[in-house]
Amino acid sequence: MTRDTWHDPKRVDALRDALAERILLLDGAMGTMIQAEVLDEDDFRGERFADHEDDLKGNNDLLVLTRPELIKRIHKEFLEVGCDFIETNTFNANRISQADYSLEELAEELNFEAAKLARAACDEAEAATPTRPRFVVGTLGPTNRTASISPDVSNPGYRAVTFDDLVSTYSEAIRGLLDGGADLLMVETIFDTLNAKAAIFAIEQEFDRRGARWPVLISGTITDASGRTLSGQTPEAFYHSVRHAEPFGVGFNCALGADQLKKHIEDLARVAECLVSAHPNAGLPNEFGEYDQTPAQMAEIVRTYAEDGLINIIGGCCGTTPAHLDAIREAVEPFPPRKLETKKAA
Amino acid sequence: MSQSQPERRYTRLSGLEPLTITPELGFVNVGERTNVTGSARFKRLIAEEKYDEAVEVALEQVENGAQIIDVNMDEGLLDSEQAMTDFLNLIMAEPDIARVPIMVDSSKWSVIEAGLKCLQGKGIVNSISLKEGEEQFLDQARKIRRYGAAVIVMAFDETGQADNAERMVECLSRAHRLLVDEIGFPPEDIIFDPNIFPVATGMEEHNNYSMEFIEATRELKKRFPHCHISGGVSNMSFSFRGNNPVREAMHSVFLYHAMQAGMDMGIVNAGQLAVYDDIDPELRELVEDVVLNRRDDATERLLEAADKYKGDGQKQEKDEAWREKPVAERLKYALVKGIDKYVIDDTEEARQQHDTALEVIEGPLMDGMNYVGDLFGAGKMFLPQVVKSARVMKKAVAHLVPYLEKEKKVGEKKGSVLLATVKGDVHDIGKNIVGVVLACNGFDVHDLGVMVPADRILDEAEKHDVDMVGLSGLITPSLDEMVTVAEAMRKRGMDLPLLIGGATTSRAHTALKIDPAYEAPVVWVKDASRAVDVVRKLASRTHRPNYAADIAADYEEFRERHANRKKRKPLIPIEAARDKAFEIDWSAYTPNRPLKPGLNVIDDWPLEDLVEVIDWTPFFQTWELAGRYPDILDDEVVGEAATSLFDDAQDMLKRIVDEKWLQPKAVCALLPAARDGDDILLYTDESRETVLERMVCLRQQADKPSANLCLADYVAPADSGVEDWAGLFAVTTGHGIEEARQKLPDNDDYAGILLQALADRLAEALAEALHAKVRRELWGYAPDENLSNQELIKETYRGIRPAPGYPACPDHSEKTKLFDLLDAPGNIGLELTESFAMHPAAAVSGYYFGHPESKYFVVGKIGRDQLEDYARRKEIPLERAQKYLRPILED
Repeated sequence: MTRDTWHDPKRVDALRDALAERILLLDGAMGTMIQAEVLDEDDFRGERFADHEDDLKGNNDLLVLTRPELIKRIHKEFLEVGCDFIETNTFNANRISQADYSLEELAEELNFEAAKLARAACDEAEAATPTRPRFVVGTLGPTNRTASISPDVSNPGYRAVTFDDLVSTYSEAIRGLLDGGADLLMVETIFDTLNAKAAIFAIEQEFDRRGARWPVLISGTITDASGRTLSGQTPEAFYHSVRHAEPFGVGFNCALGADQLKKHIEDLARVAECLVSAHPNAGLPNEFGEYDQTPAQMAEIVRTYAEDGLINIIGGCCGTTPAHLDAIREAVEPFPPRKLETKKAA
Repeated sequence: MSQSQPERRYTRLSGLEPLTITPELGFVNVGERTNVTGSARFKRLIAEEKYDEAVEVALEQVENGAQIIDVNMDEGLLDSEQAMTDFLNLIMAEPDIARVPIMVDSSKWSVIEAGLKCLQGKGIVNSISLKEGEEQFLDQARKIRRYGAAVIVMAFDETGQADNAERMVECLSRAHRLLVDEIGFPPEDIIFDPNIFPVATGMEEHNNYSMEFIEATRELKKRFPHCHISGGVSNMSFSFRGNNPVREAMHSVFLYHAMQAGMDMGIVNAGQLAVYDDIDPELRELVEDVVLNRRDDATERLLEAADKYKGDGQKQEKDEAWREKPVAERLKYALVKGIDKYVIDDTEEARQQHDTALEVIEGPLMDGMNYVGDLFGAGKMFLPQVVKSARVMKKAVAHLVPYLEKEKKVGEKKGSVLLATVKGDVHDIGKNIVGVVLACNGFDVHDLGVMVPADRILDEAEKHDVDMVGLSGLITPSLDEMVTVAEAMRKRGMDLPLLIGGATTSRAHTALKIDPAYEAPVVWVKDASRAVDVVRKLASRTHRPNYAADIAADYEEFRERHANRKKRKPLIPIEAARDKAFEIDWSAYTPNRPLKPGLNVIDDWPLEDLVEVIDWTPFFQTWELAGRYPDILDDEVVGEAATSLFDDAQDMLKRIVDEKWLQPKAVCALLPAARDGDDILLYTDESRETVLERMVCLRQQADKPSANLCLADYVAPADSGVEDWAGLFAVTTGHGIEEARQKLPDNDDYAGILLQALADRLAEALAEALHAKVRRELWGYAPDENLSNQELIKETYRGIRPAPGYPACPDHSEKTKLFDLLDAPGNIGLELTESFAMHPAAAVSGYYFGHPESKYFVVGKIGRDQLEDYARRKEIPLERAQKYLRPILED
């Protein structure tokens, strides 16, 4: 297997063609859409988990099993406004996060079913407009543990999770996503780069096992005003740390609105030898953790990303609805994607 | 793509910050002192598990200019994998060290892997070689790539270590080919180590080692321009152990020449590199002879001269100027920089300057932490740095704890607090600080740590029988989780105060979302410095009720303000509002002429008839018992109290009726009426020629889709051709109450309040009963109406009886006209005070509207335009109108 042994070369060609032509649109916030449904405990449980001992409300990833029609409908709402990528509803569909609900055994199944749902939604959209491919992005969230920060302030050498734990956790999720039909994988909302490096390790291992590769996107998170990840890395250090994955694209998502995120995307675009993606939040959360930025407001800022030639892929994170994505699509449409010049050594 | 796109392949390493090895960088220093094989001191520190000091060694290297840190734990008596993991995890928590990339140095592959699993940045493996053959070499290289590291390849192959330039180049060229061509390893991530061997050992065959290295370097750099050349420099001067000035000179001279050949990285003692030009010229000459192998007797000549230069050279001292500052500033500096080296001494010094240990915490230490918080908020510090600050704080506090214990009065237990970071959140620095500060103040703190599910928080709170629960969280989903915890506490019927803290929490969220979910006090604690005060008040039996009431009132006010703010869409002009008046098709309506128009007085309404019409729900509200009658009597929480109160009320009611304590009186008037704009004209008689009084009404001005209502809308205008009517009324059950009070036992406040509450209820009942009589008999538009009490209370009948001072007609002063027209003082002995309050107090007065579509509404905020118009219509000065209507004026 070489780095160009693609699992589905035609699909990758179609992706490359589309990326060469225009800025592609990633979808918006699944969590926000689910929240708007105001589901109760029973909705999350469905029949299958009616007797489960833990509370399941808030386990959004479980909905691919208990409310699949809802998740698919949300995918379709994003497809209808022109999204090219649909992210699987798998942000917390991993053994470590699901342990909060005593559902760690579901990890692989959740990823498999989530990918199938997104696949079905994309296939339907593609059947309607065959010239426009729609891609399923298998999403790998950060888990809820940090591999390079001690949760115990008096014991800085302590770690609540090891690299090996993370590799096996991610492997399980990756298997489910690939078997379920994901076109790409995306390691996202990376607040601790060591977690992401474990994900990359697991991805490479799984590609080896399958004898073929899938395109990979990597998206970090700049968490606060310091302009660094939670684990303390600058945007450029972050890029250096994940560059070995030879990703299709790198970017940042979450934590900040398009306004605050822009300068970090600029830092990244300056050094990245691959595509650049961004999926910011709809502004910063208000006192209630809600996002107030309107589609028009957000699109206005995102338009400057495209104007400045910073991005190849744009989408939305927390608080972004189909209306936001619709406005963003319209705002970036007139602009070409960021160019990838492969200058050779002089 | 921007112009700064790299034009060639640079090695891109990283710790917390990037390190891109460009030609401009010159030579990259790799710190060598964190190596158990090369540093006796470091080895001893690791063996004795003095990790604090071992970490200090790494920090010194970075402070002395090391751009990368080499870490080696290859020592037979150590569990090297564990030592590598432990040490790397420790220095990863030190932002001043972790900012640079790490070189994981071991001859054991398992130790290298253990090290790579600890690095979030891109580090370097030191090293791999072809010693065990191609297969193992490539396998390790693939894994290194997968872990995301660069690699040093040592000139070693199946036949042994290369010790001359030709073999070095041959061996490393082969390695390069395998790496790049076979497995696609990026050439810029390959660093060659051609081997630096000791010279001047006395063995003739060693004399040319440095030259072999330099030659190999030159050739390799020519062949593989993307790659780097590195080596362990100290090795070459091994034979001069104990003579640092000479060793430093040797290293310096060696590097000077090797760098010219292309060596661009080296493992060195970063603090002890002499500058080539600063070396004593005589020594430099001698050293150069050795390094460049220029004379056969070079070694002997250097040995002879060496003793002259013995003795320690200049000692490296870090910038310690901050140590000269006053102790409070030193503590602040140590907290901001995360330096714990002197913190105990400084804390002790501060303690001696203060009266109590607690003052040290609440003074200089909290000041320092607040400053850290400010810097973090401003983006000038990042999380790992703040964690370090918190650690220094803990050390300082730990030193003070024994003194705090002594300061505490014996046997005093101030109260206990349970702390937890809620489920889904890992942040706990703030919570830890709160825990420390509370513990310092003598509270028992049970800290459950992070990611704690609601049930566990509640279980532990019950188990430890704590006095209050504190929740912390940093990320926004934690806000919802806190509401969940509050709801769970309510479901369990807990009454422990709940404290809310953490970066995303706010007074607004606490007041609007958490406080309403839980009956017991919920208090938002802005930061750690407020925690003690809040906890002290809540733990005190005497302070808690008042404090809780203050907070509850504050939140209630906040909620009201918020509700108002949310509604604050601009008002529409009064003219526009009038255009949107409620429209009644008067052509389809014929008002009933009252059966008994004019004034009706009933001054001896039978009390017993009123008892059954009483609406009991507001009665319980008077006593702050929430719930609807009659369900409230069986309520789980308040049922018992409600029943007992109800029984007492029944007993007293029986006495009121039997002994005729109160005399109910009522008066009403049904008059010819017509709408005139927003006014209602009342006429003297049915000729409708003389206006008796003009009732001035207020109109809604909110911007809304439905009609903008005004009471005048319910009366037909004169020009509609419809002859309409309206009514006025006043009732009281307050006569006799003063005499009744005399019959109650002295000082029985309870009976006194009960009597007033019952009189009030009876007045309401009388208003309801009179209204029914008006509908059925006096006005007579509903002669067959036969409603149950419940239906009466729910006001399912036709027509309304709004009262001045209430939402549909908020101006209390309109009562003056009403009282005059009814002659309420003369007819039923009901007076109006200067401030338009009725006396006796158990009284109700208002208007009657009979149209089937008339309904109650809230006027809401009005604009200045309506205010001015209202004053004109009412013929009063603007200031007076403003005074009457202040509560409903737009801000």
